[in-house]
Order: sequence, then C-alpha cells, then structure tokens
Amino acid sequence: MNQEIKDHIRNSLKKGVRLDGRKLDELRPVELETDVLSTAEGSAKVKFGDAEIFVGVKMALEKPYPDTPDDGVLMVNAELLPMSNPEFESGPPSIDSIEASRVIDRGIRESKSIDTKSLCIEKGEQVWSISVDVAPVNYDGNLIDMGGFGALAAIKTARFPEITEDGVDYHKRTNKKIVVKKLPIPITVCKIGDSLIVDPTEEEESLIDARLTITSLDKDNICALQKGGDYPLSMEDIDAMVDLAMKKASELRKKLEAL
Amino acid sequence: MTKFKRPSGRKLDEPRKIEAEAGVIKKADGSARFKIGDTEAYAAVYGPRDLHPKFLQNPKTGILRCNYSMMPFSGDGTRVRPGPSRRSKEISMVTEKALTQVLDLKDYPNAVVDVFIELPQTDAGSRCAGICAASIALADAGIKMKDMIPAVSIGKIKDFLVVDLDGDEEHLDDNEAADIPIAMIPSTEEITLLQMDGIISKKDLKDALKLVKPSLIKIAEVQRTALKKKYEVEGEK
Repeated sequence: MNQEIKDHIRNSLKKGVRLDGRKLDELRPVELETDVLSTAEGSAKVKFGDAEIFVGVKMALEKPYPDTPDDGVLMVNAELLPMSNPEFESGPPSIDSIEASRVIDRGIRESKSIDTKSLCIEKGEQVWSISVDVAPVNYDGNLIDMGGFGALAAIKTARFPEITEDGVDYHKRTNKKIVVKKLPIPITVCKIGDSLIVDPTEEEESLIDARLTITSLDKDNICALQKGGDYPLSMEDIDAMVDLAMKKASELRKKLEAL
Repeated sequence: MTKFKRPSGRKLDEPRKIEAEAGVIKKADGSARFKIGDTEAYAAVYGPRDLHPKFLQNPKTGILRCNYSMMPFSGDGTRVRPGPSRRSKEISMVTEKALTQVLDLKDYPNAVVDVFIELPQTDAGSRCAGICAASIALADAGIKMKDMIPAVSIGKIKDFLVVDLDGDEEHLDDNEAADIPIAMIPSTEEITLLQMDGIISKKDLKDALKLVKPSLIKIAEVQRTALKKKYEVEGEK
C-alpha cells in the first residue's frame, strides 16, 4: 500500500471517517449462514463486508489425555490460506495464523462454554475430539473476530455423527448437539494514532499502532485478552477499548442466540 | 443386460448439477467457484508476479504453479490435516500440467502465475472440480489462453460406464469401481489430464473417452457462461 493512502487513512480517522465510509465503531455488514457444507458436522460461512471465511467442525472419537481421562478435546485452528490474500504464502503456519488460532481457541476454552465432560463416552477410553477449523476465502482483515464468531456458529449448529461398532459413521448424523452454555465473542479494538476502531480491513490493519482483543461472555464478564501491536496502551485506552468491545460483542451475540 | 440404476437417479452419461461463478475472491487477480454436486472448489490466481527462489525462474517464459488443497473439514471421514500430503502434491502437479498446455505465458519471463485451489467440501471428483475452477480463474485473471479446460471423471461400476462418479458410487461394488479423471481442450479434443485407478478393458477405455466428451463440452459452456456473467452489463442481456 502506498504512503499516500496510509496518510489519507490516518488523516481521515482523525476526522472520524474511515476509507470505506464507516464510523470508527461500526462493523462491516455481517452475514452468517450455517450448515453450508455437507462434509462437516457443523459449518458456517461468515462475511464481514468483503472478508469471507468458512468455519468447519469435525468430530472424531479419540483416547482422552491421561491427565484428563473424562474430558473431551476441543481444538481451534486458523490458517492464513494463500488463496485468500496475495500476502500469504504456502508453507508452515505463520505466526499470525498461530496467534489467531490460539486467541480464538482461548476465548472458547477459558469461557468454559463447552462442557468437556459431556464429550466423554467412556472414561479413560473414548472421548469426542472436536476440531474447529477457520479457513479464509477472501482475507480482508479481522480474522480473529470473524473466526471466533463463525466458530461458535458452527459449534452451535453441529450435530454428532452416529457411533457404530466400527467407529463413527460420518454419513449418518444424529440430532444430538454440543451443549454451548455461553457465547464468548472476541472483538479486536485497534488503535491508530489516537483513534479506536473495530473490525479493521486489511489496509487499516497494516496501520495499527496497538490492538487489544477482548473476548467477553456477556455485558459484564471477560474470558480472554490479547494485546498486539508495537505500541503501548494507556489505562484510559484499555478502559475505552473494553467498553467498546463489549458493546460490539453484544451486537454479534444476538445473531448467535437466534441459532 | 440389465440396466444399472445410479444411486442418485442420474442417467449414465449425466454429470451432477453444476454451478460456476467467476470473480468470487476480491483480493485475487482472478478467481472462481465451481461446484459439481457436493464437491465444491474455489480457485484464486495471483500474478504474474516475481518468482522466488530465483533458480526456478525461466527467462523464456513465465511459469504456472498450482496448489491443490482440501480444507480440513472437507473430507468424507475424519479431519484432513492441513498442509501438503503426497496426494495433494501429486494432484497439484497434474493440475498444473492439465492447465499449462493452453496457457501462453511468454509475455512474462521469469515470473510465476500462482493458482491456489481450496475445497471446502468434497464428494469425489475433487481434482476435476479444482481444474474447472482454476481454468475459469485464469481466464478471469486475463491470462492468455487458447481454450477453457473442462474436467470430469468417468468411471466403470458393475460393467457400466458412468459419467461423474459421486462418493456413493465410488464405494459401490466393494470399491472395485474404476475411476478416470479426464480434462480436455474442447476446440481440439485433445486430452490434458488422464489418470485411472481400477481395472478396465481396452475397449471400455475407448468407449469411456467417447462417452465423456459431451459432458466436457457442456462443462466448458458452463465455465464460459460464468465468465460472461461477471462482465455482463445491466440491461445488455
């Protein structure tokens, strides 16, 4: 991106305007579709403006970890697919994709919104392992928030496959769903100059001085945090960011409650 | 001979329902989505762009580089581990060969045209769907091409030749079904992809190549329509 556009974005933000005409605290139009893929036990297609991702849930029977013999396993993984953006390359996962995976994972894990005990089939022998994969089709910023939102939608609508004598029959799905007790929604608030924005595009992301991802459970409680960016945040910044994130999270949470 | 009834109710030479769309990935220089039955492929083209490492560069022409990949939740059974496998590397290679033959990249010495193919869901025939999507995406990116490349599989189940095997059919007959993915240059009727697993007679192979042709021509038509649709001007239909 050339310097002129960077300067233009920075200067406009000072006046409270963004390149695409949004207000600083405005999300792009959010579109959510669930049950979109035949091979996944749960799936979601999420669009924030032009940014588009798939989230898929796969379930498998596995032996539990020895230290948690009656807990099922939940894992979230996000990949920055080279298909989705010219900046991404093939090869081992970049640090950005690892961070996105871990922040989304942490939000869901620490919220205890999924009761891992309910995923146990036989203590010490067999538990459900739930893999949630986030795959961007068109990457245009804000993967953590989109992925966290999509992951919950896919988990909430997933249905367990049938267990047979030979293992799992992936062609037969039961009506049993994963019990989701809370809806932990990550919102990343970005600081560019003195402005705080949400839902950054790729261009805006490249200008971030600092960012804070706040995963909240409801209007009062937070279950995960991640600060990023090269510059520090003041106490006042953090207060304002938390307030903004929780407000935005409740907008997204409403869409999930309807599922 | 008794008639063979396909599990899907399709006629023997009938491919599954096809959807195609060009320009679906805004960040890419060219892109497409191609769906045949429950097999869906996205393809994005980036380039021509600088090729690194440098020793791969060809001063006479640009090169095509394809990357086929299944999304982790796109498989029939358990999760597919992300990252390359022997299978995905081979498919990437044959995809590249299937497409290179109609491309002219001489205007871009030392450069690469990258094609990334991702499948969010599969139900057999994924390499063919990938080639179909990639072909539309390359045209959408404005790369010089002699023709569109359609691809589909033809198989043999219980002594019957059938076009475009789906997952149910692949598992019929104790997995004895023969499966032949084919890509063709429609204008010259030359074949650019041909693989097979299973057992088939010499005669059946000849018949199969003949039987699959109308489906390939139909797919090429769908591919072209998708491209035209992207550039269609309102009220000029």
